[in-house]
Amino acid sequence: MSAIAHQQPIVPERSTLTSRVSDFLWKHPHVLLAILLAPPLLWLGIIYLGSLIALLLQSFFSIDDYSGLINYEFTLATYRQLLNEANFDIIVRTVLMAAIVTLVSAVIAFPIAYYAARYARGKWKVFFYLGVMLPLWSSYLVKIYAWKLILAKEGILTWFLTKLNLLWVLDTWLSLPVIGGNSLSVSYTGTFIVFVYVWMPFMILPIQAALERVPANLIEASSDLGGTPQQTFRHVLFPLALPGIVAGSIFTFSLTLGDYIIPQIIGSSRLFIGQAVYAQQGTAGNIPLAAAFTVVPIVIMGFYLWMARRMGAFDAL
Amino acid sequence: MRSDRSKKAPLGLKIAAAAGLLFLHLPLLLIFLYAFTTEDKSYQFPPPGLTLKWFAVTWERPDVWQALWLSVRVAAISTLIALVLGTLCAAAVSQTRFFGRETISLLVILPIALPGIITGIALRSAFSLADIPFSFWTIVLGHATFCIVVVYNNAVARFRRVSGSLMEASMDLGANGFQTFRYIILPNIGTALLAGGMLAFALSFDEVIVTTFTGGQQSTLPIWMLQELIRPRQRPVTNVVAMVVVIVTFLPILAAYYLTRDGDQIAGSGK
Repeated sequence: MSAIAHQQPIVPERSTLTSRVSDFLWKHPHVLLAILLAPPLLWLGIIYLGSLIALLLQSFFSIDDYSGLINYEFTLATYRQLLNEANFDIIVRTVLMAAIVTLVSAVIAFPIAYYAARYARGKWKVFFYLGVMLPLWSSYLVKIYAWKLILAKEGILTWFLTKLNLLWVLDTWLSLPVIGGNSLSVSYTGTFIVFVYVWMPFMILPIQAALERVPANLIEASSDLGGTPQQTFRHVLFPLALPGIVAGSIFTFSLTLGDYIIPQIIGSSRLFIGQAVYAQQGTAGNIPLAAAFTVVPIVIMGFYLWMARRMGAFDAL
Repeated sequence: MRSDRSKKAPLGLKIAAAAGLLFLHLPLLLIFLYAFTTEDKSYQFPPPGLTLKWFAVTWERPDVWQALWLSVRVAAISTLIALVLGTLCAAAVSQTRFFGRETISLLVILPIALPGIITGIALRSAFSLADIPFSFWTIVLGHATFCIVVVYNNAVARFRRVSGSLMEASMDLGANGFQTFRYIILPNIGTALLAGGMLAFALSFDEVIVTTFTGGQQSTLPIWMLQELIRPRQRPVTNVVAMVVVIVTFLPILAAYYLTRDGDQIAGSGK
């Protein structure tokens, strides 16, 4: 009986302070977990979520039209203002642009991803991987700047088209309403090209990841059963790649929705959501309206992420 | 699984893939050409002549050096903070099971999943509500917040591959938790942390959207470039800086790739 009462632990207690702390944490994993999680959660919770919530709350205040001061009373007036014609136009324009950019990015990205996933081996695989990674990570502003050089009136594109005697194509394009303009660098077309250029790399890697998982014999089986390449693509390859496309589109869509620098540098004077937020909080000093504008991408992206999750896009990330 | 190793790709696919890659790379190559142009008033193509003069001019510009130095300091300190917080978070999420793990992953990814302008304006309005003046530290605060996710992603991927029995073996042989961390865990996750750190550095070094809201009067290198893009003062200097920035950002990306290429997940696949 006494032997049980005085049972020694298998390993004797260690006496140094670090050992005792370590043993204590081993016996109390919840304390360890709390210590690990506290710093990152406090940081993200206070600095990030705290400011985000504070911002969203401000969208329920309004601005006094006469004094220009913020009226700290709960109201939906700012949201009514968000839906007036001029502001609603901005939202529609931005969402439309984001949708088209996403579609075109997917079309350009697909062949690259498909080739990299199915045909590239060894050195070529690395070549493709770095070929996508380097533009993806190279400086955002430098990329925009490069397009400013290309699209400028005296720039390379005009020179190239003049050499080919195709300048009239560009001129015809620019004379079109809405998408045209004085030169490509001040038109929607220019904004669109730069958006596609800057965000398209984000589309390639998720599509490639989804395609890597499609077994090659599935495609062979389809052609053995008499499917033409078009049918194989339509009924086998595309549905299997779709989660990857949706995963990539999260980036292209979200990044286009919130961008304000690209349309400011290369674009017409008509605003996008990002520019409207920037203008409202800066020159106009209307923080409530700016906050209400930021709710739009948050809601759209929330809905989008929810849809993407249901389609299994997160497994392809 | 793959029975078609020898099969050739259709010509159309080859052309489309090559054209796509060219579309991604030609504009960046153009930056290199323009750094040497003799034309200083417009973006004329082809350049009327080539010169090395602008490298010397840029070298003499104190504003460029100041912006560069600020960017390096901000990126270094943000990376350090992100390394600590991201590793802690990754350790907690991958080593234990607890309620709300998914929520934590979401919280870490959120600063980068939502458009940067939202993070920027949220922080700006919080600083003004709390009467915090803009400074070096307000920039760091913003940068560290969105850098956590890159370190976290790399660390989580590596933790998944480090088997738990290694740690148990270390404990069985009498090492305490700190010794196990020092001699077993750290050597195993070291390269992943290095890769994550480099990507975080590259991300911070290049960030412009959040910085415009949290920066006040000081300019980091991207802010300097943005000002030059909106109101060009001396275009050739911008050209040279753009080229240097391209080269400087390529190095950490290449290094991060070679550090993690043997893994199941490669660094930087999500920015």
